[in-house]
Amino acid sequence: MTTAVDTKKLTMVQAVTDGMRVMMKEHENVIVLGEDVGQNGGVFRATDGLVAEFGENRVIDTPLAESGIIGTSIGLAMNGFKPIAEMQFLGFIYPAFNQIMTHASRIRARTLGHFTVPMVIRAPFGAGVRAPEIHSDSVEALFTGMPGMKVVVPSNPYDAKGMLVSAIEDPDPVLFLEPMRCYRSTKMDVPDGKYNVPLGKAARLQEGDDVTIFAYGAMIEVVMKAAKTAEEKGIKCDVIDLRTLYPLDKEMIAESVQKTGRAVIVHEAPGTGGLGETIISLINDTSFLYMKAPIERVTGFDTPVPMFALEDHYLPSADRVVQAIEKVTQF
Amino acid sequence: MEKLFPKMQIINENGEWNDETYRGEITEELTKELYTKMLRSRLFDRKGVNLQRQGRIGTYVPFEGQEASQIGSAMAMGEGDWMFPTYRDHAATMTFGHSLKTLFLYWKGRQEGCIPPEGKNIFPPAVPIASQLLHATGAAWAEKLKGTDRASIVYFGDGATSEGDFHEGLNFASVFNAPVVFFNQNNGFAISVPIEKQMKSKTIAQKAVAYEMEGVRLDGNDVFAVYFHTRTAVERARKGEGPTLIEAVTWRYGAHTTADDPTKYRNQEESVNRRETTDPILRLERFMKNENMWDEKWGADLQESLTLEIEAAVKEMEEAQAPHYNDVFDHVFAENPWPIESQKEAYAHSRGDR
Ligand SMILES: Cc1ncc(C[n+]2csc(CCOP(=O)(O)OP(=O)(O)O)c2C)c(N)n1
Repeated sequence: MTTAVDTKKLTMVQAVTDGMRVMMKEHENVIVLGEDVGQNGGVFRATDGLVAEFGENRVIDTPLAESGIIGTSIGLAMNGFKPIAEMQFLGFIYPAFNQIMTHASRIRARTLGHFTVPMVIRAPFGAGVRAPEIHSDSVEALFTGMPGMKVVVPSNPYDAKGMLVSAIEDPDPVLFLEPMRCYRSTKMDVPDGKYNVPLGKAARLQEGDDVTIFAYGAMIEVVMKAAKTAEEKGIKCDVIDLRTLYPLDKEMIAESVQKTGRAVIVHEAPGTGGLGETIISLINDTSFLYMKAPIERVTGFDTPVPMFALEDHYLPSADRVVQAIEKVTQF
Repeated sequence: MEKLFPKMQIINENGEWNDETYRGEITEELTKELYTKMLRSRLFDRKGVNLQRQGRIGTYVPFEGQEASQIGSAMAMGEGDWMFPTYRDHAATMTFGHSLKTLFLYWKGRQEGCIPPEGKNIFPPAVPIASQLLHATGAAWAEKLKGTDRASIVYFGDGATSEGDFHEGLNFASVFNAPVVFFNQNNGFAISVPIEKQMKSKTIAQKAVAYEMEGVRLDGNDVFAVYFHTRTAVERARKGEGPTLIEAVTWRYGAHTTADDPTKYRNQEESVNRRETTDPILRLERFMKNENMWDEKWGADLQESLTLEIEAAVKEMEEAQAPHYNDVFDHVFAENPWPIESQKEAYAHSRGDR
């Protein structure tokens, strides 16, 4: 017998709010801080209603200073709190980079576990919403390449809430990236109470034997479209939503490519130094002898994300993904 | 501290004299020039908001209410000086030389919107808050090293004073005695956060004390106060007497950007009421009437010619040739390194262009 679970249809941004609400209710030490997160409910309304429910001591409008927000969050986290710090956009996290790189990510290691920094940094990111300059940066690789940080990216409302709960419960710093393009693109049934979607686990969105497509965040919609076109051409894709970028789900990656022998990796971040390279080396380590074709990548370019008149050129399109799928299957 | 930094004013809300020091310099010609520039920028700004609402440009950042601060200060700068604006300072940059077309192109998401006219030292708008203060300091320092008498002016909001870059910018300028004017527009809010929650200090000008530099607080809706006090700061900079921090106290009527809803955090009634009290353009009109400089026909003709100028700029913006995707690739380095070159080729190939 299954117990019925109450659900609500929520957008991703509402699911994020709900994840914070559930955890703030359960744990007094969970606090939210950042620019405009209080009365304004955050520029994307991700903290909407939280200040009314939990008060100004737990939902805190800070001065406009990212290094200040992250640096003080580190101190708060080391001293009994569980801060959820909001960056207004990932492109504005750079002033805080020093604090994250030199402190948040390595205090546990520096003190052999004596001090820890259990905090979550939330940041909207990615192009495709016609935002002004810098707002659209996809620089997740700066953080996957940072020893001591976990980096996660949900692509739908259900995962967003469940992964945020897991991130808040995680004993280490987690960068929780929210693809802006997914914030309001779909609604989905989301359970009312607390549930976990584990970090470190990818999700298979579609079964197929011919080629594996790896993607995450806003690129999921693009690759699902491409997979459909491929299917019309008789190519069946295994579509994997990576969900956690550090640490990657090594088992699922290996299992899928050992089945299909072909892979296409899609991300909007620049190709050089991007996650695609890490995935290729992982496949090399685990599954080299299974591969039937060189792995293809469809990525953003090694250029700054252009202003929005040109951003459609920058972003991987379903067409480019289909071409890559055909290339690996026809090899 | 507020007493140490009184809000300097030359004409008050009713357009009456408050300080007659500059009376001899406040000619009809200067007054009309300032009025013209303020009205031009206001009409431009309203057009920007409308174009965004009609979906003809992207998110737009309005400044209505801040015209006196931006124009009075930009007018104080000279040929060859440097200007470092934020995303909100179109009135300053158009006064210093940007074309209206260029400004519209920026909000249409076009890279061309970052390019100043030949010979004009206008940096692209700074999007990351406070980052530009250091550039202004560096550029001013360079002029000092080169032995010129050129200066920089840099714009930033009240929220920007919380960032580390603000403090680093002031400190460097102070240590190296760089000829830079730090021009703060204190419009009371950084998106939703009112100044009382941004800082405990009552003024921004007082922050100059810590850096041993001049701090000036002025009525940012009085274009004369802004113009003459900024001019003094620039003169001081040119003479090698160092940087100045100016706090212009002003007000922005509308939203932070067209993507924002001010009613969530601000009593908009107060904002609406200010149109009758502190408005910089209305104040100048009142002054002109008091001084017999106002002529209804002049006002009406001006409105008409400025409207035509703005419409023409919109047309130019909309008729501008679409950008080519090669622009994404071709300007990252002086010469394309192989990764970008091969990405460019692959992209052209994927489109069937090569
Ligand atoms: C480093 C950084 N953090 C956050 C933002 C997002 N943001 C854009 S404008 C703004 C408020 C700025 O307020 P203020 O400095 O007072 O200038 P105003 O916009 O009022 O002119 C914020 C937080 C940003 N652009 N850069």
